Amino acid sequence: MLAFILKRLGLALLVAFTVSFISFSLLFLSGDPAAALAGETASGEDVEALRRLYGFDRPMLVQYGEWLFAALRGDFGESYYFKLPVASLIAERLQVTMTLGVCGILFALVTAVPLGVAAAIRPNSLIDRLALFLSVAGQAMPSFWFGLILIVVFAIQLGWLPPSGAESWRHFIMPTIVLGYYAMPAIMRLTRAGMLDVLNSDYIRTARAKGAGETRVLFKHGLRNAIIPVVSLAAVQMGFMLGGSIVVESVFALHGAGYLAWESIARNDLPTVQALILVFSMFYIVFTFLADVMNAWLDPRMRSA
Amino acid sequence: MHVKLPVATLAAATLMASSAMPVVADKASGTLNVAFTKELENVDSYFNSAREGVVLQRAIWDGLIYRDPETNEYIGNLATSWEWIDDTTLEFKLREGVTFHNGEAFNADDVVFTVDFVAKEENGVKTQRNVNWMESAEKIDDYTVRIHLKDKFPAAIEFLSGPVSIYPNEYYAEVGPSGMGLKPVGTGPYKVSEVVPGQHFVLEANENYYDSPKGQPEIAKIDIRTIPDVNTQMAELFSGSLDLIWQVPADQANKLAEMGQFTVANESTMRVGYVQMDAAGRSGDNPFTNKLVRQAVNHAINRQELVDALLQGKSKVVYTPCFPSQFGCVQDVTEYEYDPEKAKALLAEAGYPDGFTVDFYAYRDRQYAEAITSYLNAVGIQTNFNMLQYSALRELNMKGEVPIAFQTWGSYSINDASAMVSQFFKHGSLDNAQDDQVLEWLNVADSSTDPDERIEYYTKALQRISEEAFWAPMFTYNTNYVFKDEVAYTPTPDEVLRFVDMSWK
Repeated sequence: MLAFILKRLGLALLVAFTVSFISFSLLFLSGDPAAALAGETASGEDVEALRRLYGFDRPMLVQYGEWLFAALRGDFGESYYFKLPVASLIAERLQVTMTLGVCGILFALVTAVPLGVAAAIRPNSLIDRLALFLSVAGQAMPSFWFGLILIVVFAIQLGWLPPSGAESWRHFIMPTIVLGYYAMPAIMRLTRAGMLDVLNSDYIRTARAKGAGETRVLFKHGLRNAIIPVVSLAAVQMGFMLGGSIVVESVFALHGAGYLAWESIARNDLPTVQALILVFSMFYIVFTFLADVMNAWLDPRMRSA
Repeated sequence: MHVKLPVATLAAATLMASSAMPVVADKASGTLNVAFTKELENVDSYFNSAREGVVLQRAIWDGLIYRDPETNEYIGNLATSWEWIDDTTLEFKLREGVTFHNGEAFNADDVVFTVDFVAKEENGVKTQRNVNWMESAEKIDDYTVRIHLKDKFPAAIEFLSGPVSIYPNEYYAEVGPSGMGLKPVGTGPYKVSEVVPGQHFVLEANENYYDSPKGQPEIAKIDIRTIPDVNTQMAELFSGSLDLIWQVPADQANKLAEMGQFTVANESTMRVGYVQMDAAGRSGDNPFTNKLVRQAVNHAINRQELVDALLQGKSKVVYTPCFPSQFGCVQDVTEYEYDPEKAKALLAEAGYPDGFTVDFYAYRDRQYAEAITSYLNAVGIQTNFNMLQYSALRELNMKGEVPIAFQTWGSYSINDASAMVSQFFKHGSLDNAQDDQVLEWLNVADSSTDPDERIEYYTKALQRISEEAFWAPMFTYNTNYVFKDEVAYTPTPDEVLRFVDMSWK
């Protein structure tokens, strides 16, 4: 197990390094950071002055090396745009994104798994059709549109919820639903498919034959086996939610890390983008790792892998 | 079992219903709630280049001079009077008895500190052009100060009434630009009580505001939130938690106006849209080095139709590479009427009877840029349309690799032609004309202290630019302000939201 974890850790570092190098190069190629920094109203000479001031005129590899060396010592530098330490900037914005991500995935799991199970128990029943409808709608609806519809109904028409912002838990209800809904269809379809598969297998018939109760058959024998791929999927979805809640954050004016990343790319704010990409890739790595551990716990056969 | 499943959702819905949203924004609470679209990087006005930054700058700080946005007349603000000692020295008598929001008294030391700090290039002021004409400041006595210019710069008064605001010396020396951004201190009509960088700003009326030409603040509290999505801003307006939004696109503004609950005010901005062409051949041999082709482009585009169909509001057709209200922006130039047949004839005369194909660039307002290319296509100029990020296009442009592009320029609300025409026609890295004659005339116009002489030379330069068709100037921009009917406000043509001019009805 230790060797497994060490190997994983080594891979994670390699992935993080590669990602940071690629993102640095891409950002560097995509536009002049000095021009982005100087803003629209600056003259060509202003841009030149800033280029010298920040050292953008030096070779890219030198600048990357400088960033990497500082980052290894835990110093992510100062945001070009906000003139604030990147670490504290991201720490503040991550709170919103993490809250949203955790709520979103919980919402998705809590709604999608039972729906998936129910659909599998009665294939082609009304509940199955409803689940299918929900998943197709979830895939088809762009999240900005769904978000706006919720705002129109719950904030404007009914006046129950605040349209945007992050001041209280009530501000998070609509964003959670929008973000979670996006992850729902895949989880639901996978649960349904897994359950259908499992429920038709021999050991379920055996379990029923030996007189186990229906609940015990469904949850102890059925769901526990069917849920394994769902756990992996949920972990990936969680990583996606933390890095990809840009649209939801923008519609609900949440100012989380996703929106910060999006804006920082447009602003060529290298230190901020670099640190964010590192954080996001760490999320993916950590969640994939957690998924492996959980799968090993759920399925003893995987422990040896 | 499956029947019970939707219960969780229902429970959540009931929970939501139990607590209705209290409406916080209205006249009774005394708080005006405003939305910004863009995350402002730093409230310190020398360290941002955003329109939102200008808005806060005018509220929090004061300059030595004030320009009345209606009459364009210069009035003393922190200075009571000023005079030119020589071509590069301005002397100011300062107002006495003014204090900063933190209680620090305002005097000559603050002016000297601010000017000396911002004029030093290594201090990294973001908009260098706003400050790099100043050399230093010198204290004569507590309430007399001189500003020394690097060179002759007649637009000094305009800049001192705009982007140059005076900071408290002791405080700024202690906290620097990042501290100033988090806890701004000025002399202005509003003081800052809360800053969440990029997201939330709360201003409170400065009750001890001196007798400034800006007038006294009437609204007690201004609460500004950054809401990136215009649709969300509108939802907030409908639900009552916002009182004022601005920079609202024309189609949305028209719908809001029809609803009858809001005041929709349209006002011009100083931004000018134009087509730039590589007349100097920096991108290699290209058709735009030929004057006839550039004139053809000018004749090919129906500016009025663009204004009527797309920009609407108070936008106007322009033929000058500057905004008409700017000092020196004389309108007596060649006006190229819309005439596609003439454009085709000019192209044929230039040796392109079948037209040609060229890379066309743009960085904003895709719909305007595409409309322009369709006019060009109609006369035979085929375009490969490239939409780039602002910084990427800027970089290409500085390298001189752009044959033709749709560009815009906002002049930083500086009401002087030098803020636009001189930015682009003085052989800098963004000058695609590289015309020696224009350079010579602009040098005289930019540095003469005689207003008549300035006008004379701007006229010459602008007439030559339009005669040579170096650019195809298109139109001025406008913006829509939408606010609740209980808010009284008249926007000004410089796109600066002035909280001090707002009141409750």
